[in-house]
Amino acid sequence: MNIYEQEKALLEGLAANDTNAIETIYRENYTTIQAYIVKNNGYPEDARDIFQEAMIVLFEKAKLSSFVLSCQIKTYLYSVSRRLWLKKLQQKNRYNPAIEVLKETVPVEDQMEAHEKMNADFNLMEKALLKIGEPCKSLLEAYYIQKKSMPEIADAFGYTNADNAKTQKYKCLVRLKKIFFAQYKNGD
Amino acid sequence: MEDSLLFDAIERYRNGEMSQQEKTFFEELRKNNPEIDQFAAEHNFFLGELEKISEIKAYRHNLNEIENKLTNEGVISGKDAKGKAKIVHLWNRYRRTIAVAASIAGIVSISTATIVSMYSEKKKADVVTPLVDHKLNQFERKLNQIEHKVNEASSLPAANVPSKPKFEANFRATGFLVDGSGYLITNAHVINNAKNIIVENIKGDQFSAKPVYVNPTTDLAVLKITDTSFKKVITLPYTFAKSSAELGEHIFTLGYPREEVVYGEGYLSAKSGYFGDTTSYQVSISVNPGNSGGPVVNKNGDIIGIISSKETNADGVVFAIKSKNIYTALDEVKKDEEIKLPTINSLKGLEREQQIKKLEDFVYMVKGN
Repeated sequence: MNIYEQEKALLEGLAANDTNAIETIYRENYTTIQAYIVKNNGYPEDARDIFQEAMIVLFEKAKLSSFVLSCQIKTYLYSVSRRLWLKKLQQKNRYNPAIEVLKETVPVEDQMEAHEKMNADFNLMEKALLKIGEPCKSLLEAYYIQKKSMPEIADAFGYTNADNAKTQKYKCLVRLKKIFFAQYKNGD
Repeated sequence: MEDSLLFDAIERYRNGEMSQQEKTFFEELRKNNPEIDQFAAEHNFFLGELEKISEIKAYRHNLNEIENKLTNEGVISGKDAKGKAKIVHLWNRYRRTIAVAASIAGIVSISTATIVSMYSEKKKADVVTPLVDHKLNQFERKLNQIEHKVNEASSLPAANVPSKPKFEANFRATGFLVDGSGYLITNAHVINNAKNIIVENIKGDQFSAKPVYVNPTTDLAVLKITDTSFKKVITLPYTFAKSSAELGEHIFTLGYPREEVVYGEGYLSAKSGYFGDTTSYQVSISVNPGNSGGPVVNKNGDIIGIISSKETNADGVVFAIKSKNIYTALDEVKKDEEIKLPTINSLKGLEREQQIKKLEDFVYMVKGN
């Protein structure tokens, strides 16, 4: 396998949320990013956050059906991290240092916009989930996020049968949807 | 409960759990019923969002697990940099702050230094008094006027004697000839801002003069007598010392702290002047305002300096500009004027009284307004 194929396989693994693929990418790239951030006015803790965020951006990109690998993973991660870190520095209102560019970068602006949109949606959904309260939250999470089956859920939540659980889930979903769309339309 | 059924249908459709028949029916229903279609689209989008979020949640969970694992393995260092790396880090982090602090410190120290030096300069001006007499008293002025009148009256019969211009001076100091053809040296502060300058010799003859050289830094000025009535002197009896004078040397001076020439004597007390100024000497001599510009003569009749100022709060601390500076000043004057320094010292070996007699003819009172 040449590098291109290796990386393609890694990204496919990443899109499928494969632990081994994620770990490999982590191992190969984390040190560089941390070095960059520590060199530019940051702490190792900052580096962790930034790297995770960059990994999520990569994940989103890898999941796109139109995804084509146009550069090496390390270049991409580096470019994204740099962009994220610059933004964070601006927000923190620290002295904006003359950011040192250690390596070549690729333009990531489009991806960043999509990422910010996704982050907003994510937060919206989280907020909505918090608002519907328990047991709705746990119920919906168990079904939609943990992908548990209805009988399992009925068992765990103490419903007499799966149908009752399903009715409850339906009620919860309607509420969640209402809250989500209300916020969504407000652009909140 | 129709909504509930619809929800269920949409979910099953999304997850591909429907049979072919059911699927066709459902698609048909959506096609024919725009309301249901819109509802389905909305719900589909919502489920998409929910799924996306759940995926990312799962992924984040994975990331955290891996991060923890790698931290335990030491691949990710969880701690802050230590030792040298820490210093480098801190430096990188705070170098701007440090730079700003350093600049402020720099500015503060420079301005402090400036203020201090300004203050001390001011102090110098307070502490050292130039020996020019600006307080020609009423009595003396009256005397001058009477003298003039008497002169005028006595000179009336002799019509060809040129009458002196009536002149009211507001300062008085001393100067002495450096060239017999009519060049005098005095202090720059003496003639400072003076419009008219009159020099008067011991006989009372007055001549108007103009400055040909003024240097406030060395505090030296050279005057040229412009009156034609001035009779040139062929040789001056004194010379200017080129080498440095010795501590304890006996010196004397002639000057005009009054309308009459006054003799004073003393000794050389230091080889530098006020605040370590190496261009002057400190001499111990009794002088008063009006003595500025007077020659400081050693026992051989060499002029070693020019009286310039005294310390205000101390007795007998007088400063005299070294004669070396006279050479420098005259070298400058030589560029424009024909000037020749005296080379023969005929005061050497004479008694003090004899020296004074020979010298006093060439020491002039400098007045002006």
